[in-house]
Amino acid sequence: MIISIASGKGGTGKTTIAVSLALSLQHSVYVDCDVEEPNGHILLKPNISSQRYVTKKFPKIDLVKCTFCGKCSEFCEFNAIVVLKSDVMIIESLCHGCGVCSYFCPEHAIEEIEKNTGVIRKGNVQSGAIDFIDGVLNIGETHGAQLIRHVKKEIIPDQINIIDAPPGTSCSMVAAVKDSDFCILVTESTPFGLNDLELAVQVVRSLGIPFTVIINKYDETFMALDMYCQTENIPVLLKIPFDRTIAEYYSQGIPLIDALPRFKETFRHVFDNIQAILQMHELGVTKQR
Amino acid sequence: MKQLVILSGKGGTGKTTLSAAFSKLAANHIIADCDVDAADLFILLKPNVKKELPFYGGKKATINNDACSQCGLCAEVCRFEAIKDLSVDEVLCEGCGFCYRVCPDNAIDFEKVISGNLYDSTTNDDIKFLHAKLFPGEGNSGKLVTEIKKKASEFFLHNGERNKWFIVDGPPGIGCPVNASLTGADIALLITEPTLSGLHDLKRIILLIQSFHIPAVVVINKYDLNANIAKEIEEYIRSVHIPLIGKIPFDEKVVYALQQEKSILEYPESKAAQEIITVWNSLQL
Repeated sequence: MIISIASGKGGTGKTTIAVSLALSLQHSVYVDCDVEEPNGHILLKPNISSQRYVTKKFPKIDLVKCTFCGKCSEFCEFNAIVVLKSDVMIIESLCHGCGVCSYFCPEHAIEEIEKNTGVIRKGNVQSGAIDFIDGVLNIGETHGAQLIRHVKKEIIPDQINIIDAPPGTSCSMVAAVKDSDFCILVTESTPFGLNDLELAVQVVRSLGIPFTVIINKYDETFMALDMYCQTENIPVLLKIPFDRTIAEYYSQGIPLIDALPRFKETFRHVFDNIQAILQMHELGVTKQR
Repeated sequence: MKQLVILSGKGGTGKTTLSAAFSKLAANHIIADCDVDAADLFILLKPNVKKELPFYGGKKATINNDACSQCGLCAEVCRFEAIKDLSVDEVLCEGCGFCYRVCPDNAIDFEKVISGNLYDSTTNDDIKFLHAKLFPGEGNSGKLVTEIKKKASEFFLHNGERNKWFIVDGPPGIGCPVNASLTGADIALLITEPTLSGLHDLKRIILLIQSFHIPAVVVINKYDLNANIAKEIEEYIRSVHIPLIGKIPFDEKVVYALQQEKSILEYPESKAAQEIITVWNSLQL
C-alpha cells in the first residue's frame, strides 16, 4: 500500500504529517521523495545502513570524429547542445539524458557517460519499526523527477509505504504521487494554502487517486477553505489548530507525536479512516464496473 | 536591469510575504512571480492583467494506431518509461522526440503543447508585475521562468531604464526552476526560519548560489521561534561570509494580513512590517 503526502504550497506540514503517520503505525516504510530538500531524516534520525548512487546518461563528444554538422543540436529538444565552428558545448542543466544526440549522430562521435545525480539512502528508525528511504539530489542537478522514480523503486510492496512528496504541482510532485493508492493533501488556513490546494486537487484527480485533506495551522475564521472542501465534496480528515508549541518542537526536529503523545491516537484514526475510504472507493469502483 | 531573486530552499518560509511587501516599496521597479507551479503572489497584488500569453513548454508524442506496425522500437528507446502497450503516458513523456524520430512507420505525432499561461500586468500601485501559471502536473517549469525573465528584459530594453531593479519571487527547492531563477541574477535574498529543516535547506541553497557566483544576503523570518537555531544560522552564514540583513519577529499579524489578502505593509504598526522596511532600506536598490 502506498500513501503519499503532498501539498501545492511548501511549508504546510507535509513532513510533519508523513512522519507522524509513519510513527503511529506498528510498522511502516517512510519514503522521502522531496529530493531537492529532504527533511524527513531530521525528524526521524534514521540509522543509515546503505547508500546507492544514482546516475544519468550524459553525452560526451569525440571532437576528432565530429564534423560539426550540427545535427545533434538540431535534434536536441532541450537546446542543450551548442555546436560551434570547432567545438561543441553541452549545457548540463538543460540535458535530460534522453540519448537522441548519440543515437542520431552520423559520425558516431557521441558517447554516453554515466553521471552521478544523487544518492538513495536506506536505513531504519526505532529498532526497525520504520524502514527509512530517502533520495538526496546533488546540488546543481535540475531533474529531480528522475531521481524520484529511482527512489520509488525501493518501495516495499506488501508494507505500508508513506511517501513524503515535494511541494508544487509540477513534474516532480507528479512523479512522487503517481501510482499511490491514496493521497493526503496538506494545506493551511490561508489564501495561499487554498489556491495551491485547488491546483494539487486537479493533479490528484487527473491521476485518479483517491484523496483527502488535512488542514494544518487551522483557523476557523478563514472559512473559504472549509467551504471549498465542502463544495468539492472532499473529506477533511484532520484539522490541527495553529499552536506555537508545535512549531517550536518542529524547529528542534522533534516529531509531533513524540512531543505530544495524544496525537498518536489521532494519527491511528487517520489511518483507519483512510482504510475505510479506500474500502468504500473499491466498492464504488466495482459498482461502476 | 538588475535582478534580485528571493529564494529559501525550504518552502513556506515567507518568500511571497516578503515579495508582496517589497512590491509596496518598489516604486518604479518590476516584480515577478517565478514560483510558477504554485504561484500565489497574484492573490495579494491583485493585478490588472493587460496581456495573457500562451506558454509552449515542449512537445509531446502521441502514437497513431492506424499507422503503427507494433514493432515496439519506440518503447525500447524511451529512457523515461513513457511508452507502455503502444501508448504514450503523457505524464512520463519528457518530450525528447526519440520515439518520433526512430519510428520506422512514421506513426508518431510530435506536436507543441500549451503547458501554461504568462500574464503581463500592473498592480494597483502601478508597478509592472509578471506572473505565470503552469498547468497542474506539467513539466518545463524552468523554461517558463526563463520566459518570464525574457519578458522583463524586453520591457527594460524598450524603456531604456537600465538602473531599475527586477524583483523575483522564486520557487522553493534547488531544482530546475530555481536554477532558471538564478540565471542572470545580481543578488539572491535568502529567507529562512529558525528550524533544523530551515537551516538544512539553507545550506543546500547557499551551495547552489555559490556555484553561480552570485552574492547573497540572508533574512531570518520568525527568528524568535527558536533563539538557539537562529543563532546557529547566524554563525553558519558568518562562516560562509554571507551578511544577515534582517530578523523578522514571529508576528500573528502576518497570517492575519494574509487571510485578508493584504500585504503586511498595510499594517505598518506591526513589528514584522517595520523589520521588512529595514530590510528593504538596507538593500539600497
